[in-house]
Amino acid sequence: MSGLIKSSIARKVVMALSGLFLVFFLAQHFTINITSVVAPDTFNEWSHFMGYNGLVQFILQPILIAGVIVHFVMGIALEIKNNKARAIKYKKYNGAANASWVSRNMIITGLVVLAFLGLHFYDFWVHEIDYKYIAGNAEDPTRYYHETVEKFEPFWRTALYVVSFVLLSLHLWHGFASSFQSMGVNNKYTPAIQTFTKIYAIVIPLGFIFIALYHHFNPITH
Amino acid sequence: MKLNLKIWRQKDANSKGELVDYTLDGVEGDMSFLEMLDVLNEDLINNGKEPVHFDHDCREGICGTCSLQINGEPHGPDRLVTTCQLHMRKFKDGDTIVIEPFRATAFPVIKDLVVDRSAFDRIQQAGGYISVNTSGNTVDANAIPINKHDADDSFYAATCIGCGACVAACKNASAMLFTSAKVSQFALLPQGRVEATERVQNMVRQMDLEGFGNCTNTGACEVECPKGISLENIARMNREYLSATTKG
Ligand code: SF4
Ligand code: FES
Repeated sequence: MSGLIKSSIARKVVMALSGLFLVFFLAQHFTINITSVVAPDTFNEWSHFMGYNGLVQFILQPILIAGVIVHFVMGIALEIKNNKARAIKYKKYNGAANASWVSRNMIITGLVVLAFLGLHFYDFWVHEIDYKYIAGNAEDPTRYYHETVEKFEPFWRTALYVVSFVLLSLHLWHGFASSFQSMGVNNKYTPAIQTFTKIYAIVIPLGFIFIALYHHFNPITH
Repeated sequence: MKLNLKIWRQKDANSKGELVDYTLDGVEGDMSFLEMLDVLNEDLINNGKEPVHFDHDCREGICGTCSLQINGEPHGPDRLVTTCQLHMRKFKDGDTIVIEPFRATAFPVIKDLVVDRSAFDRIQQAGGYISVNTSGNTVDANAIPINKHDADDSFYAATCIGCGACVAACKNASAMLFTSAKVSQFALLPQGRVEATERVQNMVRQMDLEGFGNCTNTGACEVECPKGISLENIARMNREYLSATTKG
């Protein structure tokens, strides 16, 4: 078993599976968020459900957090190992000649997304924990929409969200299709997987950017 | 043409090494890259200096002995050729060419541009063989029918010459392309299925032990491989490894 944890291929598969799980989660997250633009009541309803449903809160949410941690810890472990694998660097290394920038810089795009997750956790998750469990406020199924929109009032936060989603897009651009290769899928469906990856990597982050900008430019007037 | 060369010189495995500048005149477009270095070495020897050490053998692209990181790419800027088959017409008069050894912790420098690639031999020894006894009891090649597609893919995988360009190109110095080619050439044939489970596990374990990096699917290896070994082989090795591991 310890051999398996150390095996380069097993690690690759862990990276792929946790990544795909996060890709799937992202689509679900987007589906809920977009309702904040098109149907605020639905947004409140769904958010309330997510926030108070036992299965979501105590089973799915910990799995999600574990997924992020596994993906991040494994990514860092691989980065360290890969750095050691070329202890003495080239004086001249033409990486652009044979591989794309995104594929060579997953650690950079990944770390930016991770930093963003820190802010995102602070903004929403910490707030929720505080609201529900520390301050012990009563349930209010209508608070989510205006709380969310208010978050996007400051320009700096909206800008940070936009930049982070651009980097997430780059991360997905390589990572999504790459996870299939890691799991041994390279066949006649590969071109379709690559096309779908590109569409996904553009549409979903762009959608999140649209939501952030929409709320920034359409504040709730009191 | 006249070239400015920046060549990695290193006395031995324990010395530090540095890039040294040379100017070389009279280089012809028809020369191979190694012939160009031969001319330089003749000059150096005639001037009582130590020639530049580099690996070479067949000089016809089949043995995998030549190496060299040329302007940041293994086997230079041309595609599907080894350094011995790279022609100087790919360069222009006045060009500066940086020549370094293949860099990987698992490929330590022996001297100048010569690196020790015996890590590949050990990966091969860990499982890159079949134990069918072929001496004295040769069986007709067609006795076991093999699907054409598999036979072709196996053959393509077997064209890997073990040069190490895949490792040299990879930003992670991963040996996945080499190892996967050696796994695939057997995995696709019935003769190779006998030891398939242990083979992939042993070869991957050895690959990891040698200190090669981890594949992140950048695809640099496939682009730089002089034999055009495809990433499909890595996917196949991943599959083989996963099924071998789940089998226990
Ligand atoms: S896979 Fe290609 S680059 Fe790697 S050792 Fe074999 S022939 Fe050389
Ligand atoms: S010297 Fe044999 S392949 Fe180049």
